[in-house]
Amino acid sequence: MFYREAGQFKSTYQSDQAIFPIAQDRWFIALVLVVAYVGIPLIANEYWYQAVLIPFYVLALAAIGLNILTGYAGQVSLGTGAFMAVGAYATYKLSTAFPELNIVIVFIMSGFFTAAVGMIFGVPSLRIKGFYLAVATLAAQFFVLWVFNKVGWFYNFSPSGTITAPPREVFGVLVTGPRAEPIARYYVVLTFLVVFALAAKNMARGHIGRAWMAIRDMDIAAEIIGIRPLHTKILAFAISSFYCGVAGALYIFCWLGSAETEAFDILNISFPVLFMIIIGGLGSVLGSILGAGFITLLPIFLTNAPPMIGIHMGTELQKHIEEIIFGVMIIYFLIVEPAGFNRLWQIAKEKLRMWPFPY
Amino acid sequence: MEVLNTFLIAPFLDMADSPIFLLEVVIGGLMAGVMYSLVALGFVLIYKASGVFNYAQGAMVLFAALTLVGLMERHVPLILAIILTMAVMIGVAYLIERFMLRKLVNQAQIILFMATIGLNFVFEGTGQIAWGSNVKKLDIGIPDNSFEIGGILMSSFDLFAAVTAAILVAVLAVFFQKTAVGRALRAVADDHQAALSVGIPLKTIWVIVWSVAGFVALVAGIMWGGKAGVQFSLVLIALKALPVLILGGFESVPGAIIGGLLIGVFEKVSEVYWGPAFGGAIEGWFAYMAALVFLMFRPQGLFGEKIIERV
Repeated sequence: MFYREAGQFKSTYQSDQAIFPIAQDRWFIALVLVVAYVGIPLIANEYWYQAVLIPFYVLALAAIGLNILTGYAGQVSLGTGAFMAVGAYATYKLSTAFPELNIVIVFIMSGFFTAAVGMIFGVPSLRIKGFYLAVATLAAQFFVLWVFNKVGWFYNFSPSGTITAPPREVFGVLVTGPRAEPIARYYVVLTFLVVFALAAKNMARGHIGRAWMAIRDMDIAAEIIGIRPLHTKILAFAISSFYCGVAGALYIFCWLGSAETEAFDILNISFPVLFMIIIGGLGSVLGSILGAGFITLLPIFLTNAPPMIGIHMGTELQKHIEEIIFGVMIIYFLIVEPAGFNRLWQIAKEKLRMWPFPY
Repeated sequence: MEVLNTFLIAPFLDMADSPIFLLEVVIGGLMAGVMYSLVALGFVLIYKASGVFNYAQGAMVLFAALTLVGLMERHVPLILAIILTMAVMIGVAYLIERFMLRKLVNQAQIILFMATIGLNFVFEGTGQIAWGSNVKKLDIGIPDNSFEIGGILMSSFDLFAAVTAAILVAVLAVFFQKTAVGRALRAVADDHQAALSVGIPLKTIWVIVWSVAGFVALVAGIMWGGKAGVQFSLVLIALKALPVLILGGFESVPGAIIGGLLIGVFEKVSEVYWGPAFGGAIEGWFAYMAALVFLMFRPQGLFGEKIIERV
């Protein structure tokens, strides 16, 4: 009753082909944007920005990137950490070499660098498939991080081996570096997420996205109907890496402030991001965002919940119990809804369409 | 020119210089390879029988080793401790089947893979809560002496590990080829539905396979734990076993063995002869790169099943 297409007549091709053709969807998106841009800054404090919101958005961006590759194009990748590292180090090099350059342009440029690296590591995907490819992408993961660790040029030969975000401004407001206000960084990250999420949604429904899905469902059949596997797969790797690269740049510049290659470790990035897209739903932009929210919020919730209800225990013990609960939740969720949050969302929409009648 | 020299010529000159040392490096690599094979074997067993890429194998190794050490610290004699640990691993296999695999039948492989990563967290957490998380010494009474055979330095512990691995593989081979359960396992590996239709109880088979993998994990845990102490980093040997797996092929027991030996030798030789040219610490990625290059020529690994694709 609240959510239905009936009665919404389209009189132009444009409105028929809009990203969100249904009015309720548009209202919903507008509402979410208002909440994110106006509502949250009114109530959030520094802890919320730093511990919850900024990492959530950054990882959501990375998850969208991985979902393009794994969810839409069907190429399982465990190299997300490496691609994010490429983005972060490229941003660092560019912004220290050209301090006058607008940092947003630097972010985009390092995205292109990452895309180039991603294309190189995407070449094996033409020969290697499935889990073999997943393990092969680990080669990218370990090799890239090793290079960033070994070659001093990448971290400007700083003795600690870390890269630190220099202070940079956008429209006269400091957005990176240690003195940047959390709210400024929040808006930068949020804007990137919104723009790139819409771009991904748009790409996925056009001929590019359809080619990816055809390759995912069966690459030989796709080849026979005239989709070029080389172009399509490499393009998926390029665009996915572009997203991951920008996410990696934001990860260092707008969240951590400074980091070593350790921050892009397989256990810190690659696996969690893969979790996000599986739990959110493969092949769904909304799912990537929801999954990222779930995976970033769950550990924070688990850490804060026991003291809230009056249970205190040693940090060591609590860490292990958190681990167990996290693992069990993941397994439980996969059993209950293997298609992820996106599927739950669709079920909810279906129910709303019928409401208040059961059928 | 100089670059070419350091990468292409100098290492081989070094090798030719002292063949004894080269042999030592190769043998060291083989011994390390045996250890990788032990872990890879667990992956292969489960992948063959249930199509699950079990990332938790590394955590199972840690869990088994922790349980064993924990029991021995409570003055349980070695043999009894091993039997008890095995009983625990069988119980774990049953629980995994009952609460995880059974509910995930017919899901995509990546979902199962993700579930095993979740399982990995559970193993890590429970193992460390139950038995503490500091480094423990595992002493099973094997001397770690070095001795020379024909001028080549060897370690008795490494030899013991190699012999154990050989026995383990032989036992597994007999188990798979000669027993009724083994035949059932192979049938399940071939085709789940066909196996079910001739009356093979899939659920029991899965418990058995995971128990066998638990047993392999226990052996690997004893070996790795005896060598480097039982500690959290044992989990990460799963990452060491992955290049072995793709090199040897996911479905092949001999592949796991030969792949492990190859990777072990590769890693040691490259570390010793090419390591300095790269600036050291290349063992983290070299095996992966080698496996990746190899896969470009043979996408299913050395002994993996030929990938046949039909539209």
